[in-house]
Amino acid sequence: MSQDLRKKESILRNAGFQTILASLLCIVLGLLIGFIVLLCINPGGAAKAITAILKNFLYYPSAAAATKYFGTTLVNASALLMCSLSVLFAYKVGLFNIGAAGQYVVGAGACLYFGLALKMPWIVCLIAAMAFAALVGGVSGALKAYFNVNEVISCIMLNWISLYCVNMLLTGVKEQSTPYTIPLSTGNKSALLPNLGLDKLFSNNEFVTIGLPLAVLMAILVWVVLEKTKFGYELKATGLNKNAAKYCGMKEQRNIILTMMIAGGLAGFAAGIYYLTGIEQWMVQQTSVPAMGFNGIAAAFLGGLNPIGTIFSSYFIQHITSGGTYVDKSMYCAQISDLISAFIIYLCGFVLFFRLWLNRWLDKRDEKAKKGGKA
Amino acid sequence: MVLLMQYTLIFASVLVLVALGGCFSEHSGVINIGLEGIMVMGALGGALMMKYATGAPAIVMFLLVVLASVLVGMLFSLLLGVAAIRFNADQTLVGTALNLLGPAAAVVLVRAINMAESADNVSSTVAYGQAKKAFLMNIGRFEFNWFMLVALLVLIASYVVLYKTRFGLRLMACGEHPQAADSVGINVYKMRYAGVLISGALGGLGGLVYITAGVSEWKFENGVAGFGFLALAVMIFGQWKPVNIGLAALLFGLFRALSNVYTGFPALRDLNLPSTVYNMLPYIISLVVLVFVSKTSKAPKAEGIPYDKGQR
Repeated sequence: MSQDLRKKESILRNAGFQTILASLLCIVLGLLIGFIVLLCINPGGAAKAITAILKNFLYYPSAAAATKYFGTTLVNASALLMCSLSVLFAYKVGLFNIGAAGQYVVGAGACLYFGLALKMPWIVCLIAAMAFAALVGGVSGALKAYFNVNEVISCIMLNWISLYCVNMLLTGVKEQSTPYTIPLSTGNKSALLPNLGLDKLFSNNEFVTIGLPLAVLMAILVWVVLEKTKFGYELKATGLNKNAAKYCGMKEQRNIILTMMIAGGLAGFAAGIYYLTGIEQWMVQQTSVPAMGFNGIAAAFLGGLNPIGTIFSSYFIQHITSGGTYVDKSMYCAQISDLISAFIIYLCGFVLFFRLWLNRWLDKRDEKAKKGGKA
Repeated sequence: MVLLMQYTLIFASVLVLVALGGCFSEHSGVINIGLEGIMVMGALGGALMMKYATGAPAIVMFLLVVLASVLVGMLFSLLLGVAAIRFNADQTLVGTALNLLGPAAAVVLVRAINMAESADNVSSTVAYGQAKKAFLMNIGRFEFNWFMLVALLVLIASYVVLYKTRFGLRLMACGEHPQAADSVGINVYKMRYAGVLISGALGGLGGLVYITAGVSEWKFENGVAGFGFLALAVMIFGQWKPVNIGLAALLFGLFRALSNVYTGFPALRDLNLPSTVYNMLPYIISLVVLVFVSKTSKAPKAEGIPYDKGQR
């Protein structure tokens, strides 16, 4: 007994550390598999390609260009961070918000419509994006709470419905000759998010706006809500054991709908801080939902379902996704980074097993040490 | 009208095949959300076989293509099987990973193959116009696709296997109460692997039928446009019973077919709805249908829960 008290808690037993270790292992394995795939396609250029993916913006020799594209990666990463927070928040209540992509689309449609057709300033557009996306999330939540409709299926259906609706809506504000919406810089300058000097930090990259710090602030806010408020506690309880929570008097139907609305709002915010920078226009003939919502799932699980962890994991996922555009196009295609991200999510499914295996290995090691000491 | 019937039957065949695959998997206790990815990979296997096996007699072509898509689908579904059954991974997460992995892998592979053939060809398209003729047979004005017959046969076979054979009944037991099944000596792991592999085979075949429905080449960047999830909705609407799944598939197939052929009906054309409304119709109908069906849903009781031998 005294030996147990004296036994120092190995850092390897700390749950948080184990999750970080598992995530790093997923990343390394995912990159390795990607490298093997590249080797199979074209052995010659594989090493160069994988370094290109890892280097991303460092590909540019001049510091000015590198910082500029670093800024672009950060803009994408902040939107991805919000999407992954959306998935994470819903998962804490036991719901798989695969509809983050569709809520993202609705947010994009709302903010672009408010900006281009209704000529509203950016703050109204951003709030509109959050509100409409929250509504869509709420629909999934209500269907689950009142009718027991599997949220994965209802979210996927809503993803497609949202895509077609937004395409129809934004056809009214698109340019004459191309299928893209009017750029915000010409359509409505007041709808662009303010830069507040941040663009100077990234070699005058006008797409770097207050969206970046806002995203990080949201991540911290989500962490505070989940860990430090009564509401967050109720949500986690509902997710862990719905019936026990109900027995305690927590209103689980209200919690489910509210959670999905917040998750939707977070995804809508992602669309707002992405499209209101003017970095991209919406293509009104899109046939598939933008990948941002699905990569959010990868980032959420890679970050160990912790809001602070997702800040780093979403940056990493975006880093390799943007890095994919720098591979030698004559030998490989950009989808290789989608492949790597998908493998990483697949491996994230093994994290629980990894932690179990690690604990068992530690137990065996401690037992051997104890036996050795007793002799 | 003939065109509508044709499209309805072919889309219904796809939905029947994939939904039955999901049905087998869920009856054994493994939630298979990754049907979309399995469909794409199976479609890829079949398309590549069609591309490389041109010139073979029709019946050989048919068998080879079916074999290719079934095998690729089964191999891909093993990823889900191993993760969920051996490593107790979260089945929804792994399924989502497969949905992302399938299309990405397919595009990478097709682009690599196209680029290897000619350095300028960077598309993700596989063309198989010639080979496709092996599947079709014209009865009057109706273009009968042999896969419609295959889907019907699979439907009948599923009903017989699930309810009339020992294997099927044991499979369903593993999804309802695996501990009880284990107590009488059924190897739950083997049954679950069987369920997942069957779903991989049927999903792969369904994917092949989807990409050959009405077109002679397929751009793999599109994946399968959400059809895998429509099949899941069909499965839930059919309450995991083969006959109901068949009927549900016909309904959903009809709505999906409408978006292709509504211009041929003066009554619908006069309504002057934009074409996107017809594209949305299958998804809206699924949602409405699910609202009415899910409350009294009789899902296999132990699906999604990793099997723990130690539990009661």
